[in-house]
Amino acid sequence: MAADIVLQVSNVSKKFVRGEIHDSLRDLIPAMAARLSGRSRPSNAKKDFWALQNVSFELTRGEAFGIIGSNGAGKSTILKLITGIMKPTSGHITVTGKLSALIEVGAGFHPDLTGRENIYLNGTILGMKKAEIDRKFDAIVEFSGLADFIDTPVKRYSTGMYARLGFSVAAHVDPDILIVDEVLSVGDVVFQNRCLERMNTILRSGATVIFVSHNLRAIAELCPRSILLEHGKVTAAGPSQLVMDTYLEHAGAESRQITAKEVGITRVKVRRSNADSVAYESGEKIWVDVDVDCKGPCEPFSVVLFLNDEKQYESFHTSTEYLGCQPIAMKPGDRFSCTFELDLNLAGGTFYLGVELFRFNNEELLHVMYPAQTIFVNTLTEVRGVVNPHPKVTAFELVRPAEPTKEAIKR
Amino acid sequence: MVQSLQELFARRDLLYMIAWREIRIRYKQSVMGFMWAILLPAVIVSAGIIVRYGMSVMSGKPISGQEIAGITVKGLVWAFFAGSLRFSSTSLIGNPNLVTKIYMPREIFPLASILSQLLDFGVAAGIVLIVFIGARLGASWQLLWVPVLLFITIALATGWALILSAACLFFRDVKYLVEVIITFAIFITPVFYDVEMFKKWADLLMLNPLAPLIEGFNSTIVYGRSPDLPWLAYSSIIAFVSLVLGFYLFKRWEPSFAESI
Repeated sequence: MAADIVLQVSNVSKKFVRGEIHDSLRDLIPAMAARLSGRSRPSNAKKDFWALQNVSFELTRGEAFGIIGSNGAGKSTILKLITGIMKPTSGHITVTGKLSALIEVGAGFHPDLTGRENIYLNGTILGMKKAEIDRKFDAIVEFSGLADFIDTPVKRYSTGMYARLGFSVAAHVDPDILIVDEVLSVGDVVFQNRCLERMNTILRSGATVIFVSHNLRAIAELCPRSILLEHGKVTAAGPSQLVMDTYLEHAGAESRQITAKEVGITRVKVRRSNADSVAYESGEKIWVDVDVDCKGPCEPFSVVLFLNDEKQYESFHTSTEYLGCQPIAMKPGDRFSCTFELDLNLAGGTFYLGVELFRFNNEELLHVMYPAQTIFVNTLTEVRGVVNPHPKVTAFELVRPAEPTKEAIKR
Repeated sequence: MVQSLQELFARRDLLYMIAWREIRIRYKQSVMGFMWAILLPAVIVSAGIIVRYGMSVMSGKPISGQEIAGITVKGLVWAFFAGSLRFSSTSLIGNPNLVTKIYMPREIFPLASILSQLLDFGVAAGIVLIVFIGARLGASWQLLWVPVLLFITIALATGWALILSAACLFFRDVKYLVEVIITFAIFITPVFYDVEMFKKWADLLMLNPLAPLIEGFNSTIVYGRSPDLPWLAYSSIIAFVSLVLGFYLFKRWEPSFAESI
């Protein structure tokens, strides 16, 4: 093995057992009694779910590496295996050097503690020593731009401030390998640029960066080489541009239909406040109703809503989990419905709406309906691209130095 | 196992930090602040004195100052032990974000709970020490046993805490079970009474591995007598086995924590 390989993932597979997991003694003891008396026969075979199968790749020092994949492809699982949060079912992962992950920014923050206290707490959680934090404290505060609020409990912070402080701590860890999982979507544009700059600095200092995203543009900018994960398998590897082409090709060809087993989406309806339609005005408020039926035992899941443009680029995605709802626990026979409200701030064009039932805990995709509905968006004024920020021209003035008059010339 | 211990040692800063967080939050969230440290022991000691007073009225023997001192010492040790188990058993399920999102040696959580309880114990013990000095309770060389007894008590609490914290993660109802057991365990632990009172049944009570320790604290601090050595050896062995077994099981179960929480 070459000396410069800092991360080696070889033949890694990860299996999750689902179904009859007893999480209380109240359930376990009767189940064990039943098993002992031979009344029920466990049938575990079909309850296994392989989140990853035979994944292999290697990273050399100083490389920026991308992992691409749609929801449920196994991206988060591979990161959790690399960081050591979970152990692979089979295969080996060898990490050389100090590894730091920006998976959950601000994990371990406590709302009652001040910004200052949380910097120390979070920094230690991320593996820094106290003396190291003392040394970097001023830099961290300056980077976050929160100097005025540093002695305020973070429960009074806005979501953006919270994320900024979290990222600032994480960005100062000085790892040999840095894992970034779509955290750059936090904060304002100025802060985002500062984050990208910081990542570039980390790269230049010789560290290795793994960037996980389904934001293809970000991957293309940062990473020369990537792999594509689909249903837990590596289906393409090599230069990012080629890998992305494969991804887009697959996303177009396969309509990403997964047949509903235990739970299934029965209906997706897009509507105005009073009537349903397929054509909407840009900026209009729309509602998306989702109905779900449960046929067999299943584990709690969340509903994911996403919208792709004509080129299958993702315009946005969200989920009941991101929006603060608890995972949905359904029993056979139950029905569930939820409604998303959206401001349709899209540029004119055709969009495809998709809905997924997704288990965030183990990245398991239970059901996908895509395209669940096609939406045509009209704009009153012409705006091209994906979003409609409702641009207006508020000043329009041509200033030209006054042309010399004839009298002036005579003079 | 050696590797795990090395890793734990390397992250000792984190252990202090999590313990500090637990203490800081507890004191920040309540108006009473440091009063918390002495509230629970004070309640236990008062209850013990009431029980003993009741006994003395029944038997007609007046209650002695030494008996009150003994109940105070025993009450403090019991409050530390019970608090350690109570807080450490929920320490993993109380931090789901840290368990599922970031890698660290997870035994830090139960250990930090014990550390924070140790601080409360220290505060309460400091106050009791001042009272004892004020009351001119004699000191003896037997006090040298106290650090040894404390060490064994911590080892016993840690061993059980490691197992209980993991058990609570896998089975949600274990934490209620722990509460019930802690509540009733005070009846089979010599806190409000001394095992000597039970004459020939005393040995049966000493089978509770905490009993020789609590009686040891009592006899060394209050009576200036050495602890019952054979029984202390018995407790030490149980504590050591619990600690090793607890750490071993915890490390064995640890890889599935993130999936099961």
